[in-house]
Amino acid sequence: MSEPLLRVRQAKKVYTMGDELVWALKGVDLDIYQGEFVAIMGSSGSGKSTMMNLLGCLDIASEGSIAFAGQELSTLSKNELASVRNQRIGFVFQQFNLLPRTSALDNVTLPLLYSNVPEADWISRAKQCLESVGLGSRMDHHPGQLSGGQQQRVAIARALINDPLMILADEPTGALDTHTGLEVMALFQQLNQQGKTIVLVTHEPEIAEFASRKLTFRDGELISDERNQHIRQAADEGVA
Amino acid sequence: MKIVILLKTAITALRVNVLRSCLTMLGIIIGVAAVIIMVAMGAGAQQKVDEQIKSLGGNVFFVTGAFRQSGGARSNSVVKINEDDANLIEKQVPGVEAAAPYLSASGQVIYGNLNWSTEIDGIDNRYFVVRDWGIANGREFTPAEISRGSKVVIIGERVRSELFGASDPIGQTLRVTNFNAIVIGVLNEKGQDARGEDQDDVIFLPIKTVRNKITGVNATNPKSVSFIQVSAYDGEDMDYIEDEMSLLLRQRMRIPVGADDLFRIRNVSEMIATRAETIQVFNTLLAWVASVSLVVGGIGIMNIMLVSVTERTREIGLRMAVGAKPSDILYQFLIESIVLCGLGGFIGVMIAYGFVFIGNQYGIGAGGIIETRVVLLSLGFSGLIGVFFGYYPALKASRLAPIDALRYE
Repeated sequence: MSEPLLRVRQAKKVYTMGDELVWALKGVDLDIYQGEFVAIMGSSGSGKSTMMNLLGCLDIASEGSIAFAGQELSTLSKNELASVRNQRIGFVFQQFNLLPRTSALDNVTLPLLYSNVPEADWISRAKQCLESVGLGSRMDHHPGQLSGGQQQRVAIARALINDPLMILADEPTGALDTHTGLEVMALFQQLNQQGKTIVLVTHEPEIAEFASRKLTFRDGELISDERNQHIRQAADEGVA
Repeated sequence: MKIVILLKTAITALRVNVLRSCLTMLGIIIGVAAVIIMVAMGAGAQQKVDEQIKSLGGNVFFVTGAFRQSGGARSNSVVKINEDDANLIEKQVPGVEAAAPYLSASGQVIYGNLNWSTEIDGIDNRYFVVRDWGIANGREFTPAEISRGSKVVIIGERVRSELFGASDPIGQTLRVTNFNAIVIGVLNEKGQDARGEDQDDVIFLPIKTVRNKITGVNATNPKSVSFIQVSAYDGEDMDYIEDEMSLLLRQRMRIPVGADDLFRIRNVSEMIATRAETIQVFNTLLAWVASVSLVVGGIGIMNIMLVSVTERTREIGLRMAVGAKPSDILYQFLIESIVLCGLGGFIGVMIAYGFVFIGNQYGIGAGGIIETRVVLLSLGFSGLIGVFFGYYPALKASRLAPIDALRYE
């Protein structure tokens, strides 16, 4: 294969808890390639969230190296990291994290506020993204007027607005019922088929079944890295 | 423009909690309104004083007699100054433009079936020079009328409007207390004096006429007058003229060195200016007190912005996750604070306009004048307060670590 999108070498992360040093990550090696659908699994405290924060440029590794699209992240300034998050990564959170009392359209354009995209293109781009997640008819609705699944789809549209290299989803189905969760997973699978790299953090094994690769963390170490031989297809499981 | 979106974001955020935003703004609103009202009152008082000095006719002295002192006790007899004193001052004191003797009385005037109670004063034409007061219609007294004590009258605008209305008063016969006089002139409108009295509510006759017909002749001082008004040429040294007049009058009254004056000289423009200064000092003081409430308002803004930053930590985290740089967050909260203060300032300005308008309608105080300069300054100052007191909360927001902010519960 070609150069990996993400190249993690001996990544360590240490936190200080009072006088104690807690190693959240104890040296992880990992390559993620363009177009993969990776699920990061593990119980709480396993280090999976820490791993996600590092991959998402929200935090910096204490030791080791992480290269994103060939760029070493530890050398970047806060502003440069912000720019990477803005341009290269789309985030999807468990609690959607939409701005309240703000229309779906304005929520989706939020990342553009911090980009160099000319303002004239904002609306058309946001509309396109909302249409691609099936919310073309609800662009003026506020989060309070949308169901959980619809809100998560607005969040996904927001993640897509800058055409990122990777979508990072943190428990995206955690706040949704099973059926709606399936819809969201179908959307992720569809995006993956269109070529988007997707990194999904979850503690539910059945959600991880939708991914093409499963990474399992325990006590700050990567304990298993396996190809998923039987990928569940969310679209086949009763999603209208 | 990004600034438009930032403004929109700020307004959206402020609308989330309207009541809180309004209460937060209250300090700024009250502060700005108070400062503007105080400054407006000061400006109004200043303008009034300027008008009064102008209506007085420039640099004017009042010379009056004083109580005679005998053996330390004040006697009841007032030393009267007289027409000769006026003539002498005018002739001998350098810098004096004119010295006008003035004999004041009051009484009823009747025209047709209308009567009016007014001031009836005896003067000569020098008075119009001193007061810089022109005739609107008709003429001044002739020398013959003055020397003979003719029954001719020049009336003030108020008396004209009260008694004559639309008809022409010139040549009409006006009954002044107990005699008839011919109206020969109407004066220009002068307005209110320093005490708020209508200066146009007056009629003037030759001194001799008033003395013979109304006040009666003082046996010991047959040419006595109530006071003398003296005007100096522009740019003359008023203190020097005052000293010279004093010297002259002391010589004339043969007052020994060291004894008290038997007259009083008052520099009227100076008195008014001094009073105006007092008002100004008082208003400036009040404006400063008011600006303290602006600072207190600013502290309120800071308090609420800190609360707001804490409340919206997750929003800050999200914005950072989707690419906001620390400076973007800083600007966002700074603009919010500036909008809060600017809006408060704007409302304060509106309230100040309202107050001053109502005050002027009902004639409260000396009237207020709101200068654009003051309004802009207040708005600018409230914006600065927004920057000053909003900076720390905004900085605090911008320094949050994205991951901590996102996970904040």
